[in-house]
Amino acid sequence: MSTIAMGHAGAEAAPAEKKGLWSWITTVDHKRIGILYGVTAFLFFLLGGLEALLIRWQLGAPDKTFLSPEAYNQLFTMHGTTMIFLGVMPLSAMFFNYFIPLLIGARDVAFPRLNAYSYWVFLFGGLVLNSSFLFNAAPDMGWFAYANLTSKQFSPGLNVDFWIIGLQILGIASLAAAVNFFVTIINLRAPGMKMMRMPMFVWMSLITQVLLLLAFPIITVALVLLMLDRSFGTHFFVPSGGGDPVLWQHLFWLFGHPEVYILILPAFGVVSEILPVFSRKPLFGYAAMVFSGCFIAFLGFGVWSHHMFSTGMGPMADTVFSLGTMLIAIPTGVKIFNWIGTVWGGSIQYKTPMYFALGFVAMFIIGGLSGVMHASPPADLQQTDSYFIVAHFHYVLFGGSIFALTAGAYYWFPKMTGRMLSESLGKVHFWLMFLGFNLTFAPMHILGLNGMPRRVYTYSAGMGFEFWNAVETAGSLILGFSFLIFIWNILKSLKSGEVATADPWHGATLEWSIPSPPQEWNFAVEPTVDGRDPLWELRRARGGTLPEPARVSGKGIHLPSPSYWPIVTAFGTALTLVGFLMHVTLWVILLGVAITMLGIFSWAFEPADH
Amino acid sequence: MAHDTAHALHPPTATGLDTRKLAIWTFIGSECLFFATLISNYLVYKGESLVGPLPHETSQCMLHGQMTTCEPIFEIPLVTFGTAVLLFSSFFVVLALNGAQQGNRKKLIGWLSATVVCGLFFIGMQVYEFYHFYHKGLGYTTNLFGSSFYTLTGFHGTHVTLGVIWLATMLVLAIRGKVPPEKSLNLEIAALYWHFVDVVWIVIFPVVYLMR
Ligand code: HEM
Ligand SMILES: [Cu+2]
Repeated sequence: MSTIAMGHAGAEAAPAEKKGLWSWITTVDHKRIGILYGVTAFLFFLLGGLEALLIRWQLGAPDKTFLSPEAYNQLFTMHGTTMIFLGVMPLSAMFFNYFIPLLIGARDVAFPRLNAYSYWVFLFGGLVLNSSFLFNAAPDMGWFAYANLTSKQFSPGLNVDFWIIGLQILGIASLAAAVNFFVTIINLRAPGMKMMRMPMFVWMSLITQVLLLLAFPIITVALVLLMLDRSFGTHFFVPSGGGDPVLWQHLFWLFGHPEVYILILPAFGVVSEILPVFSRKPLFGYAAMVFSGCFIAFLGFGVWSHHMFSTGMGPMADTVFSLGTMLIAIPTGVKIFNWIGTVWGGSIQYKTPMYFALGFVAMFIIGGLSGVMHASPPADLQQTDSYFIVAHFHYVLFGGSIFALTAGAYYWFPKMTGRMLSESLGKVHFWLMFLGFNLTFAPMHILGLNGMPRRVYTYSAGMGFEFWNAVETAGSLILGFSFLIFIWNILKSLKSGEVATADPWHGATLEWSIPSPPQEWNFAVEPTVDGRDPLWELRRARGGTLPEPARVSGKGIHLPSPSYWPIVTAFGTALTLVGFLMHVTLWVILLGVAITMLGIFSWAFEPADH
Repeated sequence: MAHDTAHALHPPTATGLDTRKLAIWTFIGSECLFFATLISNYLVYKGESLVGPLPHETSQCMLHGQMTTCEPIFEIPLVTFGTAVLLFSSFFVVLALNGAQQGNRKKLIGWLSATVVCGLFFIGMQVYEFYHFYHKGLGYTTNLFGSSFYTLTGFHGTHVTLGVIWLATMLVLAIRGKVPPEKSLNLEIAALYWHFVDVVWIVIFPVVYLMR
């Protein structure tokens, strides 16, 4: 790796250090926005976890009256919606924000202010969705909101409307961010970083952005149609007017299945960064990893109806969608073998990130296997709407996404904060989480096959469900407790953790070549790349160790200026949509549009450099 | 317009493509799925309406509280003219861009004004059409045809309106002399969006108005 000097001689003074609340509100620095995403998403994640614990407490024993059926419906709906849209997606966005520019050797994302806008829209969307609790009108029809449960006739309250508007706002945030990251990855790679040299996390992120760009418009339209049905009296999903409730299922799952890959591909990427570093071996089968990722995304748009076998689509459709679904297992299997091949024969470093990454591989295999089981329509007709499905998607989403994102958190925490997390607490966290997770979700396979339906608020004694439900509830408490240890670990490390060097793990990628935490401009000198593992190549060339990079003054480095227009525009955007919530309040909509327009114009004409 | 990129001063990007141009292409790609979904929705419900009025057929419909026989609702000549106007506007914006690149302000302002006028005409046509259909008994919730037709063309019309606002902003800038050749890319990006809005209409027009 050679280097070239960058920056423009002289004129600009060193950027001043930025502090205080206002600096966070107006920040356009991808690293700070990443931290905002991370903290916000983690809080939402804890909220979603609390909802889950309440659900588990209710199910811990038969015939409990701890939760009313209404409260139970609200809790499982908000739990699912929160975990997917406010937990896993924005936690992935934290890593996109913080690490895509660092991994490709860029100073920031392509559009820093648009990036800030995405974050604020996301925050407002999350708040709107959760504010439904204050009106005692939290969504209560399940995260996939099947018609015609969502019709005005069967859901007269605001519950469904909060869900529609909340998701609509969140969708705008995702789309804006997807455009931004797509362009960033394509266009801002450092010299020499060809597409086939990009770190695997960047590849998987790129594919995720494509999925977001293509899948979110579909749910946007579906939500619009549903809103029109509810607020304007159209009949798109209302049979009495000729509408077809099954169309909702098609539109929802056309989005919904790609969405599950939106949730898992970033996790694949994180693990593909961690396994090589802690095995001291390059990623096995790099090209196969890239192409299997592309293939998964491509097939992901053609299998949505495997969620709809029970609607009775006929043998032809059943066969096609069943085969398509089974086909996805092939590229998925390719990935799993590549991870195993990466670790195989490596000199394994037993550090916490590696524990979580290996835990991910094991748990994800279980989830993938049950997925292939319900790819078969006759089997699925027995399993659908039972706890077996709940077991499947928790093995892929918790055992998959959450394990991998936690691995990423342990791996990159030193880079983000300049402090190491405690290894001993980390391992306690891992074992408790591993134990709690399996105690909570493995028995769901058994309960599901024994006929326990999902989404029913209680069960009678004597049906044979008591024992495993009690085990699950105990497991969920352990799982919840493991996150308290994680929080403790974070707080303790921030206060008094061991100071992190630039490269505590002997990493292979560019982020480890700069100080921890990075300075605002990331790279004082623009890196040049001529391989897939630039730091390892450099270390080899230099015969072993690399000098600790110095913190520099940053004089002469040009950075985008802070701006408050992103938050103003985001507020306008959210307000416009909220106007559609309370049975269409015209003045709110107009005010929202006015603020949005003001924001966009001021933003467009704001000089970027002062 | 300001450069919203940390790398504004480092023009060579990894691909050589301008970052903002790549962004608008990406956005357009995403918008394709948006309209594809709306068009699919229209097609799924084609012929599924329980009452009239219908696009191409005579039907029983409710008018002034009475069931009567309704004529087919579409008037193809008017929309064909509107379609032509919109198509020409795409041509005009190319000429305007050409003027901007040559530093020919007169050409730029002239053709850009023509584009905006065409856009306004199209919106006017659509408003007239909606008004007219409404009075022929096709309300927003009258039947599935009405709902899916107004939703699809309404969203397209909203896109046209945003495009007109964007181009009008560029026109004001051009009149103030703020679109010199080196900033013609700003106009090019707006023009790309405008072409996209046109292309979508090229799909909607045959699918909705011509296909029986
Ligand atoms: C080999 C890979 C996979 C296969 C073959 C597969 C197959 C399936 C099938 C057939 C269903 C529908 C079952 C039913 O409702 O009756 C399903 C449900 C589900 N899958 Fe997967 N899946 C796979 C991987 C994943 C991954 C990676 C994720 C997410 C990270 C995921 C998340 C979900 C979710 C959330 C549901 C349930 C949705 C709901 O009903 O609420 N799956 N899967
Ligand atoms: Cu699926």
